[in-house]
Amino acid sequence: MDKNSNKYIFIYASVMVILVAAVLSIANISLKSAQQKNISIEKKQNILSSVNIESTTKNADELFNKKVLKSYIINSKGEILKGDAFNIDMKKEKQYAIENKSLPVYEFSIDGDTKYVFPMYGAGLWGPIWGYISLDSDLNTIYGATFDHASETPGLGAEIATKKFQKQFQGKKIFDDQEKFVSITVAKANENVPEQHSVDAISGGTLTSKGLQKMLLNDLGAYRAFFKQKKSE
Amino acid sequence: MSDKESLFSKKNKAILLNPLSKDNPVTVQILGICSALAVTAQLKPAIVMAISVTVVLAFSSVIISLLRNTIPNRIRIIVQLVVIATLVIIVDQLLKAYSYNISKQLSVFVGLIITNCILMGRLEAFALGNKPWQSFLDGIGNGAGYGMILIIIAFFRELFGSGSLFGLRIIPESWYIINGGFYSNNGMMILPPMALIIVGVIIWVQRSKNKDLIEN
Repeated sequence: MDKNSNKYIFIYASVMVILVAAVLSIANISLKSAQQKNISIEKKQNILSSVNIESTTKNADELFNKKVLKSYIINSKGEILKGDAFNIDMKKEKQYAIENKSLPVYEFSIDGDTKYVFPMYGAGLWGPIWGYISLDSDLNTIYGATFDHASETPGLGAEIATKKFQKQFQGKKIFDDQEKFVSITVAKANENVPEQHSVDAISGGTLTSKGLQKMLLNDLGAYRAFFKQKKSE
Repeated sequence: MSDKESLFSKKNKAILLNPLSKDNPVTVQILGICSALAVTAQLKPAIVMAISVTVVLAFSSVIISLLRNTIPNRIRIIVQLVVIATLVIIVDQLLKAYSYNISKQLSVFVGLIITNCILMGRLEAFALGNKPWQSFLDGIGNGAGYGMILIIIAFFRELFGSGSLFGLRIIPESWYIINGGFYSNNGMMILPPMALIIVGVIIWVQRSKNKDLIEN
């Protein structure tokens, strides 16, 4: 057949598309369960890491089940909702208005003190960023933080996923002396923010830093009613 | 070319080794500059990127070379793109399932591999007109030539921009001004423009050493 005839080109293109589609679908379906498992293990590792527990891909499952005290879902008024906190997809919750959001809370008991873990999800420069912050039982002092990202620039924005950046959060306060919620500012050297409410921004990663700051403000802010309620208990 | 030709004849060796020097994809063919700027702020991602591009380039070259007598001329670019994209997606899916940590490090690069002009450039210029084995060598050679440049750039950028190599501290903390020393990292190094300047310097050094590359 003439290789340059329209008929040949159409047949060639159609066969190619169907073959490629089939190959990709098979790859996707057959690998899905293994991929899901990796994602759930990673989530457990991230939550553990926010309460400063190191885990490996092998022991994460076991360690998580052993260490977690309880987990539950609340709404923005602080009322407890039904459901499994671990199955909440933060990406989906992002699109709902604040009063309709399901907000997961995890409680851990570390050295006799209750630590609360709050997940968050926001936008970096190129794609989503997310993380977990754990607070001491005073619900003010940060015990640990962990962040991750989908596609921030390596060496710049991607630095939010490093221990060095995350360590800065430990011991910082999210409420000021007047009990006002101030969150944490990701500050450049010339910004005048009290040190106990700020961490150093990443040089060359300004937009990722700003995205992280916004995520902290919004997603920690969603728990304000819960903080208040727990503090008055 | 007869089939009896040995696998590493002089000609095949030239196909494999020329991209490392006088036919380098980055500094001579000026392909793949964009990713050379994007992923070279640190050594580790540069090396991961170099390996992934080499693997995808070698295998897509072989596939295109096997298909070369059937591909209709008018849609050849699309066919090349589909082959590259399919390979990249399959590799990505496999990594996500069986090597999750590496897949996370690759993250943004996977997309960048598809758009890397070295791939399209080599498929179009070489694999479409040559046999599979030669195409494979050409893919490996060009991948290695690209990787070599990436690693050189990343070495200088990470060393002078962050004071470390592979994330390990090379320049002592006590040298830094904050700690009472005299040294400060060069912030320009971690931004893409500096990578372009380093590429320029490499081209300059290469041309002054190899007179064949100088146009009249």
